Amino acid sequence: MCLGIPGEVIEILADQPDLAKVNVSGVRRVINIGLLENETVVPGEWVLIHVGFALSKIDEAEAAAALEFLEGIGQAYEDELAALAESRIE
Amino acid sequence: MRFVDEFRDADKAHALAAKIARLCEPGRQYKLMEVCGGHTHTIYKHGLEDYLPEQITLVHGPGCPVCVIPMGRVDDAMALASDPDVIMTSFGDMMRVPGSNGSFFDAKARGTDIRMVYSPLDSLKIARQNPEKRVIFMAIGFETTAPSTAMTVLRASAEGLPNFSVFCNHVTIIPAIKAILDSPDLRLDGFLGPGHVSTVIGCRPYEFIARDYHKPVVVAGFEPLDILQSIYMLMLQLSECRSEVENQYSRVVPWDGNPVALRAIGQTMELRPYFEWRGLGFISHSALKVRAEYAQFDAEQLYSVPGVRVADPKACQCGEVLKGVLKPWECKVFGTACTPETPIGTCMVSPEGACAAYYNYGRLTRTRVKEASTT
Repeated sequence: MCLGIPGEVIEILADQPDLAKVNVSGVRRVINIGLLENETVVPGEWVLIHVGFALSKIDEAEAAAALEFLEGIGQAYEDELAALAESRIE
Repeated sequence: MRFVDEFRDADKAHALAAKIARLCEPGRQYKLMEVCGGHTHTIYKHGLEDYLPEQITLVHGPGCPVCVIPMGRVDDAMALASDPDVIMTSFGDMMRVPGSNGSFFDAKARGTDIRMVYSPLDSLKIARQNPEKRVIFMAIGFETTAPSTAMTVLRASAEGLPNFSVFCNHVTIIPAIKAILDSPDLRLDGFLGPGHVSTVIGCRPYEFIARDYHKPVVVAGFEPLDILQSIYMLMLQLSECRSEVENQYSRVVPWDGNPVALRAIGQTMELRPYFEWRGLGFISHSALKVRAEYAQFDAEQLYSVPGVRVADPKACQCGEVLKGVLKPWECKVFGTACTPETPIGTCMVSPEGACAAYYNYGRLTRTRVKEASTT
């Protein structure tokens, strides 16, 4: 929860530009990108996500490292992904 | 895995370790605190203490969001949830935290409507779908999660949602660090600053540590090499008698943090005069509450909350562990009565808790040390 999870931006929702569809370890869900309103976010970029909100943009190398770290945590990351899979932000 | 290797190269780790060892003054002991539970996890998982000279001790700090929630607040949340008109919502991490009458999971098993959510925005959706119910979000965490709660309150306000509120338990990391610095129990030489909290607050809030307490701070990333590099930066400052705030994790943490997130927190929340932390007691100006302007989204202003105070279980020494006075294995119930499956204290609940991290990985470290000493 306190640790960010990296997600790749798939698309910005046309009707709600503060929401984006992201891919986190194969789980595709909608998150809020309102906290990045001072920056441009485009598909293909990576963001660090905390409880449904993107807090910062990161590069691909950082995303890969963060992902490896989280996968190493094991159960806690699986729980986080399972929770994300249940999420229906709109 | 080309990317990851650059953060994990064993040769680089040994090279850094050698540089760190050369900076140690003979006969001097160094105590460095990693504030964030994520760092604690990396340190145990990769056995980083084995790379360091014996003169350097890493002390684990209070930066674990569920670890610091006092039992009384869990009981208060249960009291709110016991109303049949209420749906209580909470992060998964919170579900196993023991109150004086069991955890949220226990209450759920007894029939209380407590639901696990991934995001406060999911809680908002439950409120929209259940207009006849009052939906309360149990908000916990440091500055990493506070912006999400703030943005959700702003969204609820914009929608004019009448049945959503927040039971706010957000805490702020700076007063906890200050309480530890002012505590007579422990003398620290420097701090590894939390990585993700700093993406929100930036590096400036740590400047008082360098200026007033003359201790160096290095905001650190989560990879093993990040942590070793940050320890090297701390040791270099100490060897040169400098105390400054440095940012090792600048690839993620901007010096000024995230201004949009800080604005959202400031708009919807304000500091409480004081707040109880599990194990640490009451700390002034260390937590956030919902501002009066948003009272209609504040469970504490809407409903009567018992405000109970419950002493921690006698056997549990989480307070000493959270302050870094005790190592996890020095607690009397560690690994016996208190395990991740049946936690007594909060430090054993979360993967960011020092006790859970040590329980899962620390024994490996000890085995390695034993093997090294016998060969």
